[in-house]
Amino acid sequence: MSEHLLSTRGLGRDAAVALLDIAEDMADTQQRQVKKLPTLRGTTVVNLFFEDSTRTRISFEAAAKRLSADVITFSAKGSSVSKGESLQDTAQTLQAMGADGIVIRHQASGAAEVLASSGWTRAGIVNAGDGTHEHPTQALLDAFTIRKRLHGAASRGRDLDGVAVVIVGDVLHSRVARSNVWLLTALGAAVRLVGPPTLLPGAVGGWPVTAGIDLDEAIDAGPDVVMMLRVQRERMTEAFFPSAREYAALYGLSSARAARLPERSLVMHPGPMNRGLEIAGEVADSPRSTVLEQVENGIAVRMAVLYDVLAGRRGAA
Amino acid sequence: MPPRTLLQADDVRRAIMRMAHELLETAPDGARFLVLGIPTRGAVLAARLAAAMSQVAGEPVAVGTLDVTLYRDDLGSQPTRPTGRTDVPADVDGATVVLVDDVLFSGRTVRAALDALTALGRPAVVRLAVLVDRGHRELPIRPDSVGRNLPSAKTERIRVRLVEVDGEDGVTIE
Repeated sequence: MSEHLLSTRGLGRDAAVALLDIAEDMADTQQRQVKKLPTLRGTTVVNLFFEDSTRTRISFEAAAKRLSADVITFSAKGSSVSKGESLQDTAQTLQAMGADGIVIRHQASGAAEVLASSGWTRAGIVNAGDGTHEHPTQALLDAFTIRKRLHGAASRGRDLDGVAVVIVGDVLHSRVARSNVWLLTALGAAVRLVGPPTLLPGAVGGWPVTAGIDLDEAIDAGPDVVMMLRVQRERMTEAFFPSAREYAALYGLSSARAARLPERSLVMHPGPMNRGLEIAGEVADSPRSTVLEQVENGIAVRMAVLYDVLAGRRGAA
Repeated sequence: MPPRTLLQADDVRRAIMRMAHELLETAPDGARFLVLGIPTRGAVLAARLAAAMSQVAGEPVAVGTLDVTLYRDDLGSQPTRPTGRTDVPADVDGATVVLVDDVLFSGRTVRAALDALTALGRPAVVRLAVLVDRGHRELPIRPDSVGRNLPSAKTERIRVRLVEVDGEDGVTIE
């Protein structure tokens, strides 16, 4: 159905629902006696990670292995070659080695797109996070998790029409937030971004969302989902907020704030969490938290994405 | 050439009833049946067949669906196919599983189904029931119960139509 998965921007409602439905079927296979599927036998998937990410890499690796693909992990971090050349050389090397699919994480926004359109490789490209641009599989697993919590076994075929989602924190540096904005709104959800003015991107006005700086106001509106973003210390080269303590006080999801949410409200976090900073440990471990479900669902969603991009005839979609 | 009708609604109904009798008569002693249909039309037929078997046997027969997409050997020959839901309501281990499909042709779908079944457990016995056997097998697979044998040319198209999917019952060739 798709040649590549580079972003959630432009992914339509029906295509997104179809992908989530395949993920449902993949999740079901993981309840079987034999969890391994023969589907991608003979297919080679390269995990090309220019940036550290143990969780995402392991999740993709597990997904590819459950589908019987051969997995090669290429950790390109620390390469001294300048970025553009390095990406080209690496891609051409992987093409020569016979990679059918490349899962790429890169610190530069647009790296996955470059790889897909460069002609350096014919492999199917899956974006596992590029700079501050997108992280589409994270958004898909978030949408999957919300849908599953709301509709359970009756999730197939449904979108997220009317679901109120608040995304809180460092939106400026967050590819997770960007991918979620496009995907969740395509699925019919109403998205509100909340964060300190210094961490909300200037372009928010052009996105199909509302934005604000007051977390308490957003909590008291009784959202269905509160998605906390990780404070990305490693991406911050200047002071975006005065202190961690002030950030936690204004934008952290404390137990007191969580207690004001309606019973049905979910709390999500893409991990890894800074407990006590953007989310209180007690909230992260509470029944409304989906943190571990997100990790579990991530494998099924990535199986669906790898299947979608790699199982069919290349060049036929 | 316009499609020619080979089986009418009544023929389909009678075929399913006869298959139900046949499967029950040839069942191993103490068999615990689990009827699994291959989507889309096989699943519909499985529901009807299980209902007929329940009626004849006087006790409920478990029925579900088995999607075989992820086990197919021809995935790379066309754009990625959507997957279907697998819903197996009873334990596969030790069951007498009846696989149900609408048309038996190359046998490759059934081969995929046997693989999918293996991932779910170890049935005591596996039977194959199809509404139409049109020949041209590519694998050593044969049905245990057939609604109608319809020898056909490989270029002909046989279509099973069922009320639940197509709005009417019947089998046509073109």
